[in-house]
Amino acid sequence: MYDIENYYNAESIKEAVSLLKEHPDARIISGGSDVLIKIREGKMAGTSLVSIRDIKEMQGVTLMDSGDIYIGAGTTFSHVTNDPVIQKHIPVLGEAVDQVGGPQVRNIGTIGGNVCNGAVSADSAPSLFSLNAMLRIADGEGGRTVPIDMFYLGPGKVDLHCGDVLTHIIIPGKEYQGYHGHYIKYSMRNAMDIATLSCSVVSKVNAETNILDDVRITFGVAAPVPYRCKKTEAALKGMEIGEALYEKIKTLVREEINPRDSWRASKEFRLQIGGEIAARALRETVKLAGGEPS
Amino acid sequence: MIGKSIPRVDAYEKVTGRAKFTDDLAPKNCLVAKVYHATIGNGIVTSIDTSEAEALPGVVRVITFKDVPNHCYPTPGHPWSVEPAHQDIADRNLLTGRVRYYGDDIAAVVAEDEVTATRALKLIKVEYEEYPVEINPRKSMYGTPHPIHLDKKDNVLARSNFFIGNVEQGLKDSDIVIKRSYKTPIVQHCHIENPISYAYMEKGRIVVVTSTQIPHIVRRVIGQALGIPWGKVRVIKPYIGGGFGNKQDVLYEPLNAFLTTLVGGRPVKLDVTREETFCNTRTRHSIEYDLTAGVDKDGHLIAKDMFAISNQGAYASHGHAIAANGLTAWRLQYACPNIKGEAYTVYTNCPTAGAMRAYGIPQAAFAIECFMDDIANEIHMDPLEFRKQNLIQGYYQDAYLKPIAANTNGIFECLEKGAAHIHWEEKRKAYENQTGDVRRGVGMSLFSYKTGVWPISLEIAGARLVLNQDGSMQLSLGATEIGQGADTVFSQMAAETLHMDVEDIHIQTVQDTDITPFDTGAYASRQSFVTGTAVKKCAELMLHKILDYAATLLEGEERTLSLDHGWILADGQKVLSLEELAMESYYSLTNSSAITAEVSTQVKKNTIATGCCFVEVEVDLKLGKIKILDIINVHDSGKLLNPQLARMQVEGGMSMGMGYGLSEQLLLDEKTGRPLNGTLLDYKLMTTMDTPDLDVDFVELEDPMGPYGNKALGEPPAIPAAPAIRNAVLHATGVAFNENPLTPQRLISGFKEAGLI
Amino acid sequence: MKKDLRLVQCTVNGKEVAEYVDVRESLLDMLRNHLGLTSVKKGCEVGECGACTVIVDGETIDSCIYMAVWAEGKNIRTLEGLEKDGELTRIQEAFIEEGAIQCGFCTPGFVMSATVLLERGEKLTREAIKKHMAGNLCRCTGYQNIVNAVEKVNNEQLERQKEK
Repeated sequence: MYDIENYYNAESIKEAVSLLKEHPDARIISGGSDVLIKIREGKMAGTSLVSIRDIKEMQGVTLMDSGDIYIGAGTTFSHVTNDPVIQKHIPVLGEAVDQVGGPQVRNIGTIGGNVCNGAVSADSAPSLFSLNAMLRIADGEGGRTVPIDMFYLGPGKVDLHCGDVLTHIIIPGKEYQGYHGHYIKYSMRNAMDIATLSCSVVSKVNAETNILDDVRITFGVAAPVPYRCKKTEAALKGMEIGEALYEKIKTLVREEINPRDSWRASKEFRLQIGGEIAARALRETVKLAGGEPS
Repeated sequence: MIGKSIPRVDAYEKVTGRAKFTDDLAPKNCLVAKVYHATIGNGIVTSIDTSEAEALPGVVRVITFKDVPNHCYPTPGHPWSVEPAHQDIADRNLLTGRVRYYGDDIAAVVAEDEVTATRALKLIKVEYEEYPVEINPRKSMYGTPHPIHLDKKDNVLARSNFFIGNVEQGLKDSDIVIKRSYKTPIVQHCHIENPISYAYMEKGRIVVVTSTQIPHIVRRVIGQALGIPWGKVRVIKPYIGGGFGNKQDVLYEPLNAFLTTLVGGRPVKLDVTREETFCNTRTRHSIEYDLTAGVDKDGHLIAKDMFAISNQGAYASHGHAIAANGLTAWRLQYACPNIKGEAYTVYTNCPTAGAMRAYGIPQAAFAIECFMDDIANEIHMDPLEFRKQNLIQGYYQDAYLKPIAANTNGIFECLEKGAAHIHWEEKRKAYENQTGDVRRGVGMSLFSYKTGVWPISLEIAGARLVLNQDGSMQLSLGATEIGQGADTVFSQMAAETLHMDVEDIHIQTVQDTDITPFDTGAYASRQSFVTGTAVKKCAELMLHKILDYAATLLEGEERTLSLDHGWILADGQKVLSLEELAMESYYSLTNSSAITAEVSTQVKKNTIATGCCFVEVEVDLKLGKIKILDIINVHDSGKLLNPQLARMQVEGGMSMGMGYGLSEQLLLDEKTGRPLNGTLLDYKLMTTMDTPDLDVDFVELEDPMGPYGNKALGEPPAIPAAPAIRNAVLHATGVAFNENPLTPQRLISGFKEAGLI
Repeated sequence: MKKDLRLVQCTVNGKEVAEYVDVRESLLDMLRNHLGLTSVKKGCEVGECGACTVIVDGETIDSCIYMAVWAEGKNIRTLEGLEKDGELTRIQEAFIEEGAIQCGFCTPGFVMSATVLLERGEKLTREAIKKHMAGNLCRCTGYQNIVNAVEKVNNEQLERQKEK
């Protein structure tokens, strides 16, 4: 039994917004894999809930004519992974969320919940950052669209106000077309784990010139919020593919990220791993682009 | 029947979900009990206010440490001793105002439902006077400002030592003297069913249904804790979801028994959460070892010295028996004329350590077997050769604890099989001079393990057989099935001795101290050996009684009678069916006397099992990751009673051993002693994706001590993997890690220090 | 915190069920306490051990972190629903044959995960089996024989497909 005060079920985005405004103390529940655990832990005990899991318009993945991909915030991880649009156009995201917990959790946890709980270890976040995802938020008054890097405010804190509901995650066509991505989750187990450190690299390689035209590198658990290594990205852009590139990304990433010391892992350890997984992820994206003979 | 891989007798019930575990049997009207745990690591409660909790609607009763009986009681699952000097240390009450570790039990709530009980806990107000927390036994053993237990001023629970020969002289006579220190972590059993019990009263007695390995001991300890006659307590053990030694301790059953008496005997359920299981039940002791050895230039051990410090945590539980078991292991198996050992068990403000699969030997074996590799390295000898050169072939007996002996000793055959499987010589050579970022290595380790606890403690077991009307048998035992397959092999044993089909042996899986014969329970890999002896004796007695009764029915029959699969034979000829005989025994108007056999037997034997692990690893230096490419355990556990079940035991043990080597450790906050990772998310138990394919092999020597040629197998599989992995990493990288588990964090630090990355 | 009861109508093991549940209850509570389906085990209450795994609309979930009210309109399967009059499914038999059962507490969850996986009818590598069974923890077996059991049934399925 969960210690819940009241439970409200929304069947449309509109209803969700009005229920949230009516009950400002209530929390949104979608998949439940975070919220129910926090209730049990006591962190959210006695809370009221507004469920958005029955909202059909927030589920599934749609490829727009513009090339933009709309991912319903209520889409479960396993549905993201198995979706043909994701598999064809942004496999990095499907592969990333396929590394969340275990199969059962991936069948209930939603990508919107993963973003909104603000955890820096969220497996979807680094790839969404590297894909320059936009977040569509409903508020009953026309809503707003926010770049994902503006959405994360601090550990567990995101830019959602009373009555706000994240409805869709949008991957603009220009952000993924011509790009390849790879996500590496570094954790202490191969399943049922949260990332000790994670890195998603999305790159564009000119296979003819063998030049790295563009690269986006995002870390989970390397700072209080998911962290884009913009300095490193700028320095690597235009470099020729080769060992020098992979050595450089290691060095620069280690200079740029600022992971913390905790009982889970030391800062020194995370720096070592950070450089290593960034280089390995980049190498993988280059391979995917056909830029490097295997 | 013995030696056949019949399916588990409880497999159908378990694969259909029909097997009822404690919570499945709890009445719907159970009240819910929850424990209030201290939020400091050391100190005293200066005030406690439960009034708001008591006022919460739905709360039935709130009690604090002030309300519990003043009877200190011991908790370990040891047989009681009638000699006060050998009795377990009684150092706790049901609740306490003297907080000895973070999470200590201060108060308890009984409520109508779980949410109310949880809310009531939050309304209890406690104030403390805090004392400094000490979780390091090397410091705690010199005393703390406030001794953890008043009668142990220096916090030393116990110390023991032994000498063989003259170690000082031996070290002087050695060509090389090597010293190393090793440390093992606190780990937890992680049985998937948490400890749970429900208690109620019936006819003025307390009934406790509980997930335990030791129902008869739980009954005794409840009697001791509550200060009531033991006959007033009845303990029932249904199917249990694993124990691994944690449930070889009396946990919350006495508190639950007390709570039901306070609510008029209404049923009260005390369900321990996973977090409480980590913090408030038992753990495996962390032990630190300082080892010294002297060898001659040919690699013969001349002298060796062990100094061990065992971190007991806050309460005695199994106490010094764990560290002492490691001292015994130090004397066994390897020939050495001069041996010394000394061990301290020290109270600290850590969660309480108790029994866990293989009882101190995974710790000792980690130190000893890492040390054997380190010595071999030092003298430039192949570690397998070095071991072989020092291992005792054939029979040996412990110098102190007679009659503990290797009555059969298959270690050389085990090593041969293991080395062949892993391609030892070839790979030791092939991986000698690697330079890349990804390197491979092979390593091994071995162990010895006693069977049961005699002569350190009592060994007693009981068995009862009843001949049913249809010629089948009921078999009742006080020994417990905890997943290891005990019920299956006991059924096979009875069938073997009675020359019956195993389908005709109906074993009672639920132990009920009102009904089942006395037995101390599942631990020490004892049951197939000790209880097995009782089963054999009982079956022999039953056979004798059947044949006696047959003789009265077949008056005048002069041929020799025997029993064979449902028939009484006279010189091999069928003369009477067992069913007819059984019907006569129940319903004969002239000489009816239902046939039962019951024995209670003391076993004063012990025999040593042995085995080894060989492993090949691949180490990614820059990511600090170890991948197990190949792993095999080879065991000499005597005759295998059921080869498939034996293999299953070994595989499970290997998994536990790999976790011990690679990822499992319960971390504590240094300032408070609070567990940092006491959940199944943060405590890294291996998942399917972390587990390589496992190979298992056996050397089957019939042991003369075992009732059916068998010896210990339940626990030993968990011993050798961790040091074997460590030794393989040493081979791969040249870096010696002296503390397990070999986590990525540890590996990266070690490789950096060694200049490998 | 007054009791807020909701009517949940769903299908459980092929039977239509209508139960008033406390809104605070988990699906685990509902299955065990209302419907007596005690194969659904509680091991951690936070979705880490998989002992409470059941199948909801063809997907495995941890019923400990799934609210009972969410069962409305769903098709739910527990271990009790697999056998038909005492006859086991092939994966249940394989668990027995391969020695995949020890204490039996995690067994129901593993069998449910295996059931969904095998119902897909795809060819599975050992690695794929391990990945799909990774949400269930077992402390007794080392997983070896559980994976063997799934692999065995999968191989049989593929054989049958070939024959067709």
